Amino acid sequence: MASERTSLSRSPETEPVEADDGAPALPERRPAEQMRDLLPAIETDRRLDDWGRSERVEGAFDRTLAEFFYRYWFRVEVEGIENVPSEGGTLLVSNHSGALPPDAMMIAKAIRDEHRAPRPLYLTVEHFFKGYPGFSMLLPKLGGVAAHPANVHRLLFDEQRLVLVFPEGRKGTEKLYKDRYKLRRFGRGGFVEAAMAAEAKLVPVCVVGAEEAMPVFAQADLLKRLTGLIYFPITPTFPWLGPLGILGYLPAKFKIRFLEPIDTVALGGPEARHDRALVQMTAQEIRARIQENLHEMVARRRSVWLG
Amino acid sequence: MAGLSAPSEARRVLITGLSTYWGGRLAQALEAFEQVEVIIGVDSSEPTRELARTEFVKVSNQHSLLRRIVRAAEVDTVIDTRLVVNSVNATAREAHENNVIGTLNILAACAGRDSPVRRYVFKSSAHYYGSEQDDPAFFTEEMRRSRAPRTLLERDIVEAEAAVEDFAQKNRDVDVTVLRFANVLGADVETAFTRLFSLPLVPMVLGFDPRVQFIHEDDVVHALEHAAFRRIPGVYNAGADGVLALSEAISLVDKRPLPILPPWGAGAIAAPLRRIGMRIPDELGNLLRFGRGIDNRHLKATGFEYGYTSRETVLKLAEHLRLYPVMRGREQAYTYEREVEEFLRWSPHVRRRPERDDGVAADREVLGI
Repeated sequence: MASERTSLSRSPETEPVEADDGAPALPERRPAEQMRDLLPAIETDRRLDDWGRSERVEGAFDRTLAEFFYRYWFRVEVEGIENVPSEGGTLLVSNHSGALPPDAMMIAKAIRDEHRAPRPLYLTVEHFFKGYPGFSMLLPKLGGVAAHPANVHRLLFDEQRLVLVFPEGRKGTEKLYKDRYKLRRFGRGGFVEAAMAAEAKLVPVCVVGAEEAMPVFAQADLLKRLTGLIYFPITPTFPWLGPLGILGYLPAKFKIRFLEPIDTVALGGPEARHDRALVQMTAQEIRARIQENLHEMVARRRSVWLG
Repeated sequence: MAGLSAPSEARRVLITGLSTYWGGRLAQALEAFEQVEVIIGVDSSEPTRELARTEFVKVSNQHSLLRRIVRAAEVDTVIDTRLVVNSVNATAREAHENNVIGTLNILAACAGRDSPVRRYVFKSSAHYYGSEQDDPAFFTEEMRRSRAPRTLLERDIVEAEAAVEDFAQKNRDVDVTVLRFANVLGADVETAFTRLFSLPLVPMVLGFDPRVQFIHEDDVVHALEHAAFRRIPGVYNAGADGVLALSEAISLVDKRPLPILPPWGAGAIAAPLRRIGMRIPDELGNLLRFGRGIDNRHLKATGFEYGYTSRETVLKLAEHLRLYPVMRGREQAYTYEREVEEFLRWSPHVRRRPERDDGVAADREVLGI
């Protein structure tokens, strides 16, 4: 019944069969660049992409919550948006602050609203979120992708996307208020390796304000274990106001600064990723640049709330 | 290199699992190719699809006498379609017998210096990769699963593939192609997902909306055929373009999701659900939470073209589900009768279709004599 298009209707003559000359050539796997052409075509009828990102959910989120926080609550100021390339695989590297930080949401909104050729931003998130009910459903819809090296490579290299990474990772979100604007270590520089492998550009990003928007006073270890979360912050509103208290941000003034891009091809390209010293040095350098800019931005800030 | 002097195209084909849906479909497809001289199908039960020139040989579940058939018929291509990848189709014990012991015996039949086999195509499943929290969004062929298999079925598939890999290492002159198929959907095939989608309300795990990828039943047959006629040794993922969210797929089949399964301890609620007719196969347990996507580009690079995307595959199933209540029972099921089949194949009284290269016979046909 459903076999109108079976092989029976195909004429056997047109089937390319290897030549009979005795030594058929093995098909070579095509070089990686050409594999790009074989990516699935975009189906215009769909409202989700292959990563599970939903135009509809993201749009609704952007028009309401993100808009409110961006314009009126945090009054975000953006510098150096022109440093974000409008095409090619690009990895944004940002500092991270505690609890459920609004920094990713604000960076995405900044690119969407201020950039002259905005493109969707993919955000790398902990694998943990994929396994936690609720988060698992919502985060991919908003552009969250599990921080697996293969995912980052496909996004940066094959799909030439814009990706945001927080190299401090969980160490950043566990950070307490007293440690604000002190960058944690950048792991083993995995993000530099990923960018090199994908021949992507690296754009360091500094965010000021997120630390004060949700100060974390303590981490409740027992509650963390009871709820199965990766961390359980005590903030002015969480857990006192219930789960929604996690969105109880204080109205700090936000400043986002995009620094000049670093071209990983100039650093040596895909081969250089095996050079541990170079990778580590580049990661350190990026960290130092972000830290330096953060200090400068905090030093010039007259008021936490007014900027 | 004995392999290079041997004919490189499939001329004498042996299909295992002839009585499964895939074996039958593939045999029907291969019958249309004239360069395929001989098609032999083996299985432990009788064929379920009508075949014109395929010869059926009934063998035991363990395929222990296959070696003799392979040598006697000088089979050059073995297409192994028999792997059980759905626990809805067989019990765990049958599946294990078939998937592990069966594979080992078939490989043993193909191995050896004097073996005529030059190409071996193995139909596997993307269940090989499993579905875990820390998996990548798209599995590529060289990736391995991130945790040990949890269900019997997955364990069997991994074990069977290990045996095939070992065979490929030891028999360098045989081109071994492994195809790992995504979840199959289609009108005629019964899989865990087609069952799920035919329920009035489709159960989902509360708080999860996994990414799922499908492949249309026709594309599975085409891919097996593609591998039979080309020299493409290696492992290839076969899944249609596009990865859907489960909720998206459910709305494409005009059903409503029912987020009824608890995120933890799904086993506790599985028993009462089974009683009301919603059986959720073990291998779907994790898939319904974490989902899975596979990178299908290597198979495309060999020249294969998918007929349907994942979305179109689901839409096709939706069409079938709407039509099914009307069409039910209209088509007569085929039953295999050995005597009839033998008469049709070998009796001198049967007027067979003329051969293409036999000019006289062809003329007769045209003249209507």
